[in-house]
Amino acid sequence: MTAPTSAPQSPATTDTGPYLKVNDLRVQFPTEDGIVKAVDGVSFSVERGQTLGIVGESGSGKSVTSLTIMGLHNTKRARISGEILVGGRNVVGMSEEQTRRLRGRDMSMIFQDPLSALHPYFKVGAQIAEAYKVHHPNASKSECRRRAVDMLGRVGIPQPARRADQYPHEFSGGMRQRAMIAMALVNDPDLLIADEPTTALDVTVQAQILDLLEDLQREFNSAIIMITHDLGVVAQVADDVLVMYGGRAVEFGSVEQVMRRPQHPYTWGLLASVPSLHGDADADLVPIKGNPPSLINLPSGCAFHPRCRYAGRNGDRSFTEVPELHQVQERGHLVACHLSEADRQKFYAEDIAPSAGVAQ
Amino acid sequence: MTETLVQEPGTEPVGPSRPAGEPLLVVEDLTKHFPVRSGMFGKTGLVRAVDGVSFSVRAGETLGLVGESGCGKTTTGRMLVRLLDSTSGKITFEGKDITHAKGGGLRQLRQDMQIIFQDPYASLNPRHTVGRIVAMPLQVNGINPPGGVKKRVQELLELVGLNPEHYNRYPHEFSGGQRQRIGVARALALRPKIIVADEPVSALDVSIQAQVINLLRELQRELDLAFVFIAHDLAVVRHFCQRIGVMYLGKMVEIGDRETIYERPAHPYTRALLSAVPDVTKMGASGRIRLEGDVPTPLNPPSGCRFRTRCWKAQEVCASEEPPLTVKSNGTVAACHFPEDGAIK
Amino acid sequence: MVRFLTRRVLVGVVTLIAISIIVFGLFFAVPSSPAKVMCGKNCDAASIAQVETRLGLREPIVTQYTKFMKGIFVGRTYADGTAFERRCDAPCLGYSFRNDEAVTTILSRTVPVTISIVIGAAILWLLIGVSLGMVSALRRGTLFDKLAIGISLTGASMQVFFFGLILLFLLVYTTGLLPFPSYTPFTENPAKWAQGLILPWVTLGFLNSAIYARLSRAQMLETLSEDFVRTARAKGLPLRRVYTKHALRAAITPIVTIAGLDIGASLGGTFITETIFGLRGLGKETVEAVGFLNLPIVVATVLLAAVFIVVANLIVDVLYAVIDPRVRLS
Repeated sequence: MTAPTSAPQSPATTDTGPYLKVNDLRVQFPTEDGIVKAVDGVSFSVERGQTLGIVGESGSGKSVTSLTIMGLHNTKRARISGEILVGGRNVVGMSEEQTRRLRGRDMSMIFQDPLSALHPYFKVGAQIAEAYKVHHPNASKSECRRRAVDMLGRVGIPQPARRADQYPHEFSGGMRQRAMIAMALVNDPDLLIADEPTTALDVTVQAQILDLLEDLQREFNSAIIMITHDLGVVAQVADDVLVMYGGRAVEFGSVEQVMRRPQHPYTWGLLASVPSLHGDADADLVPIKGNPPSLINLPSGCAFHPRCRYAGRNGDRSFTEVPELHQVQERGHLVACHLSEADRQKFYAEDIAPSAGVAQ
Repeated sequence: MTETLVQEPGTEPVGPSRPAGEPLLVVEDLTKHFPVRSGMFGKTGLVRAVDGVSFSVRAGETLGLVGESGCGKTTTGRMLVRLLDSTSGKITFEGKDITHAKGGGLRQLRQDMQIIFQDPYASLNPRHTVGRIVAMPLQVNGINPPGGVKKRVQELLELVGLNPEHYNRYPHEFSGGQRQRIGVARALALRPKIIVADEPVSALDVSIQAQVINLLRELQRELDLAFVFIAHDLAVVRHFCQRIGVMYLGKMVEIGDRETIYERPAHPYTRALLSAVPDVTKMGASGRIRLEGDVPTPLNPPSGCRFRTRCWKAQEVCASEEPPLTVKSNGTVAACHFPEDGAIK
Repeated sequence: MVRFLTRRVLVGVVTLIAISIIVFGLFFAVPSSPAKVMCGKNCDAASIAQVETRLGLREPIVTQYTKFMKGIFVGRTYADGTAFERRCDAPCLGYSFRNDEAVTTILSRTVPVTISIVIGAAILWLLIGVSLGMVSALRRGTLFDKLAIGISLTGASMQVFFFGLILLFLLVYTTGLLPFPSYTPFTENPAKWAQGLILPWVTLGFLNSAIYARLSRAQMLETLSEDFVRTARAKGLPLRRVYTKHALRAAITPIVTIAGLDIGASLGGTFITETIFGLRGLGKETVEAVGFLNLPIVVATVLLAAVFIVVANLIVDVLYAVIDPRVRLS
């Protein structure tokens, strides 16, 4: 808590309310071809002990959002506006030195491919000890190492003292991701961002890692953001779900609301296109037509309209007006869609609910 | 164990009636060992990537090969289309032994058997137009279809749902899903009887993945194609394959029809694999079989049953005796001393 | 690690033996008789025969080769049955009758010159080139970066004989800031040694700096986009530490390889530099020997150059294993 806040407009709310609050975040990258609007007005919040799943396809802005929270974008090349409150401190506009002090201590991150994310030339234990040392400058070398070995043990690596002296390439894929998690949690962060942490792993190992994250969350009471394209993973671990499309949030709600009673046509499309282990295996999947949009040249109005089966049901608003998130049906369930409530209920009941994929 | 496979019961192909009889492709006791050098003067070890795998595929049938990394499914696929030579074993296609086919025999085989790769971008030459890419198999094999190569290519593009007018475009002008369609069109150019598809949709976004799976299903039905579909995603395989083979560390551990494999599998590994899949219809992680540890290295696989080190049912016999592939009470062929019985809850 | 080393050393020895056989074979196949060339224009058959006997050219090539190899370890004596006799002590790499000197003696005069030139220049080009490249990668797109790219492009497209002569003209002939380059052994007078070699160092050093700057910049940029650099930042490490510890070590690895091989190859002779600055190093000696068909020197220098490259390779391999733990295990 030594880092001074640079957000005088927002009072520091450290202990009450959500640990992470993102308000109207916009991230743009000017390129030769035009401005890439990677994130375009996204808001959400996560409390300690809760997991937010962010779902989206490539180019939806989910990874850019997480890197922005961590302050890992080059501020010279990215235009960032809005508010990111981490424990009450606004990260947007903070100096590199200020965010650096938060990184790894108050918020940390694990990445998709643990082999490339760990440094190939340094021993695993040393890499974890380094993460501890940088935020505990007074800790002795042996203390840092003890802490690293202890963390390796806590993430379920057998013989942690011996393994600490090995290099990443001597670990298996699952063990590497465990080591990555140990490194991320070595300073007891309040916020953990996991960017596709199990995509590169086998299913049985994926299951181990997801279980581990849940166990550790109970132990550390941290807020977790789980970024993934895998709706199955979200259904399993998330408390809340944010669905992103074309750099915007299109649906937000509890995992029950979004997975069992989805309200946005894009979420419908995602769920219908995912093959499942249950339901009619002979029925054709219902894919979303077309391709994800270019972030340089987003479609007008609702970015999803070229791929939406229901576009244009409400005048020409789909094509001209960007829909804002608004509450539907239940408290806390937000959807950015122009469909009228009656239409939505009708389509959901007729087209969506009977098909496989939607959780029953 | 080969005999048990050939007379495998309960594997009548699902779907439209088709002539039973000779299988299109028969694989018997196929092995692939990669030598690895270690030690000062290259003392060699063996990676037993595929270690005695047998199965058969009938005309128009879709067989799925599933398993985790290192199980040998990709190596098996490459041996089928003869991109890799097998160490031992026999591959028979339409009654002909093609294990060591060379020259003309191999060229004929390549017409009947095609492969689709995982990465649609890496497998397309970026300097060639789509037309040229799809026409390549025709030209290489000296085939001049009625109406000319261009017409045939355009037909193929249309068949896979691409605009035939995009004949002159380059791969980078297409999205990932469209590129995979180009790969499919190329595979179809020679009207093959069987296609080996190696993780054809795993590099694609969810919404695009469904498009490609539907396309493959449609083509399979229309052209009566047989498929060997290699994938790690069990849900995808379930939507595409009539029969499924589960592999672990170079061995086939269970093979059977779709319904049985997914509803009442006999092998504990099949059960663990299925229960590990996070499913959209299942909230939370309740009732999951939790496997400990990682897949052992194929350089030095466990004795007896290879799954025993992670199996909760393992007993002494599992370490000393390799379980043979036999027909189990559920109807699948599985290699386990203590097979499971009954449906997955 | 010991195993790794032993294997590499063995491979190196085998390579050298192979090269020595090839070199020997090649010179045996030279069309004109070396004895004739050495004997001069007005030479009768008897004198040629005498020279041939002295050089041992009349013996079968296998015998010549074994004698040569034996000479390296125990020394040998050249005699032709007359009063003529020359002792060549181990390590004997042959005897040049043209100079009437053992090749080893000639080499002991010329090799230090080349080593001095190359080592000094290499220190310059590694320090300047690599740091320039690294810094411009970290300041990508700034004026510094653009300037560095410009300079290194100029340097990389320049030639030793051009740049060296300009320096010579400006610093020696016009302003007289430096004396004309000359070689004084380091052991005799270090200050004079450095003063006499500064021009070749700057010439060779600057031109190679340009190449190394471009190489290091590209390597560093590639490393900066690696996932592990992002991880290092995500840990909360200060940027300086991310760059100097995590990025630099990975970026430097391929540069070590190339530098090792470059230095090894340069030690075999920097003919143009030596010639321009009038230094009698290995390169100049070799080229002259080729001109006079002074075979013993040519054979010895070619072998020596091979030794440098093989040893440089060995050092690179060891360094690589020290830097990259993944190499150590395989």
